[in-house]
Amino acid sequence: MFIKNGYLDIDELGERMPSEERFERGPVAILECIQQIPCNPCQDACSRGAILPFQSINDTPTIDMDKCNGCGNCISACPGLAIFVVWKNYNLESSLIKLPLELLPFPEEGDSVELMNRKGEKVGIGKVIKIQKTKQNPKSRVIWVEVPKKLAMEVRHISRSNNHDK
Amino acid sequence: MRIDCDVLIIGGGPAGLCAARSLLGTGLNVLILERDPFLGGQLLKQTHMFFGSKEQYAGTRGFEIGQILTREVQASPNVTVMLETVASGYYPEENFILALEKEKKLYQIYFKKVIVATGASEKSLLFEGNDLPGIYGAGAVQTLMNMYGVMPGQDIIMIGSGNIGLIVSYQLLQAGVKVKAILEAAPTVGGYFVHAAKVRRMGIPIFTQTTVKRALGQNALEAVEIVNLDSKWQYVAGTERKWSCDTLCLAVGLSPMSELLWQFQCEMRYVSELGGYVAKRNAIMQTTHPDVYIAGDVSGVEEASSAMLEGTIAGFAAAKALHKMLDSVDQVIQNSQKFLDEMHRGPIGEKIRNGLAKVEVDVCL
Ligand SMILES: Cc1cc2nc3c(=O)[nH]c(=O)nc-3n(C[C@H](O)[C@H](O)[C@H](O)COP(=O)(O)OP(=O)(O)OC[C@H]3O[C@@H](n4cnc5c(N)ncnc54)[C@H](O)[C@@H]3O)c2cc1C
Ligand code: SF4
Ligand code: SF4
Repeated sequence: MFIKNGYLDIDELGERMPSEERFERGPVAILECIQQIPCNPCQDACSRGAILPFQSINDTPTIDMDKCNGCGNCISACPGLAIFVVWKNYNLESSLIKLPLELLPFPEEGDSVELMNRKGEKVGIGKVIKIQKTKQNPKSRVIWVEVPKKLAMEVRHISRSNNHDK
Repeated sequence: MRIDCDVLIIGGGPAGLCAARSLLGTGLNVLILERDPFLGGQLLKQTHMFFGSKEQYAGTRGFEIGQILTREVQASPNVTVMLETVASGYYPEENFILALEKEKKLYQIYFKKVIVATGASEKSLLFEGNDLPGIYGAGAVQTLMNMYGVMPGQDIIMIGSGNIGLIVSYQLLQAGVKVKAILEAAPTVGGYFVHAAKVRRMGIPIFTQTTVKRALGQNALEAVEIVNLDSKWQYVAGTERKWSCDTLCLAVGLSPMSELLWQFQCEMRYVSELGGYVAKRNAIMQTTHPDVYIAGDVSGVEEASSAMLEGTIAGFAAAKALHKMLDSVDQVIQNSQKFLDEMHRGPIGEKIRNGLAKVEVDVCL
């Protein structure tokens, strides 16, 4: 249970888990925000209108996966660092994950990095494809990382090999 | 020395600053007393992006919100700010606040209305050895780290998994300090899940139903003895184990700094949901003393977003009471009240709702 462990199990994602068919169609945002809290900046972050307007600030966000193109703009708007983009079929062997990072020093494009799951366990090695800087949050970055396909729904953090959070 | 003002605001955190902002342009003579050398209160230590809604600057980092509010208030000709000045007591016979500036100069401050926005102070925890050097409150750790750039230690254990414990752990990781574990006495994580998820994926374990029993060390902290708790919050015998660490950080809650409100003889009530003793008040933040308003953590420990809304309400209410009405004053007050209610509506707000039900009264103007 997320409330006991501090991390969620995949089945707790419920409707936020894209279908295989949706994954086939390309990158999509996954909002790992499943507890009602008074927070709503994500609702204004998507210019495509894929994140639906909240009725109450305590709502959990709802996404229209048909409208989402996986651009990742919403990632840096979320103070909970709870939004990830998963492009499952990035190529034959790997998926691409876009995740938020607020830890210096930032990796560089092309670096290989350790992949961590929601529990902070190292589950593999991945490669940084791109570092995205946003106007909205100039001090943090959205990291695009290539991961083995089977880890697409596992990896949620990266660590530089010499990083302190080892 | 004597100073006269229309509205005195005690405390320059988000609540006090928003109260001052409501009074801009009213022509009223506003004075803010702040005991620290800068305005902003707790906000200045917050390097993380804030929660809440856009209107309360959600998604902006806390210290930047402090800067935005400070700039707005300082630019105004009708607001005076006295820094490093403590409101140290209220003298009812003559009806003034005694203020001490830079531990040197004393002032008698006369006012028509006062808004008390003094915030909250940290709670501590009782255990053997809790006075060893190396044991800090979370606020002290934040001050050292985020305001003075000083690392509190190398190897930290955090007590408390409320939002503060989780956020400070995250900030410690960002600063390059090793956080060994977060201990939580309750059976579930206290803070927001998304904050917990951030530190978990960075590899910090959270142990629920676990607490610190003893702190060990010769001249400074060297280790702690931790222990499991059962469902009745009792130590489980035989589960004691020793963990080494050089720093223990206590994030076990805050309680309202309500001393001045006692002196004003406001009707007070102990409300555990709000963190301790708080003054009874009505919907416009007026206490049972008609000239005294409250806002922010002193009116119940919550969040900056609610502190800002309460400050806004209290400021407008004071202006209205002094007949400096902007045409839209009732409308603005109602809007802020609506935002507050909206924030308190969800399951997280339930505790606050229960607490507020115990202190909200219909005091009339
Ligand atoms: C680690 C941490 C993380 C947080 N994260 C968030 C978040 O993400 N979102 C959110 O909404 N809130 C957050 N908060 C809560 C938020 O910071 C507080 O709720 C808010 O600052 C309360 O505002 P305030 O103005 O009531 O009190 P404060 O900010 O505490 O300000 C009170 C001011 O009054 C001054 N003062 C006190 N007594 C006197 C006196 N006698 N004379 C003169 N001056 C005096 C103090 O020096 C202080 O500057 C967080 C708090 C902490 C500690
Ligand atoms: S990834 Fe892009 S399209 Fe999808 S919800 Fe986020 S901002 Fe909108
Ligand atoms: S901004 Fe992030 S934490 Fe806030 S509601 Fe949206 S997804 Fe949840």
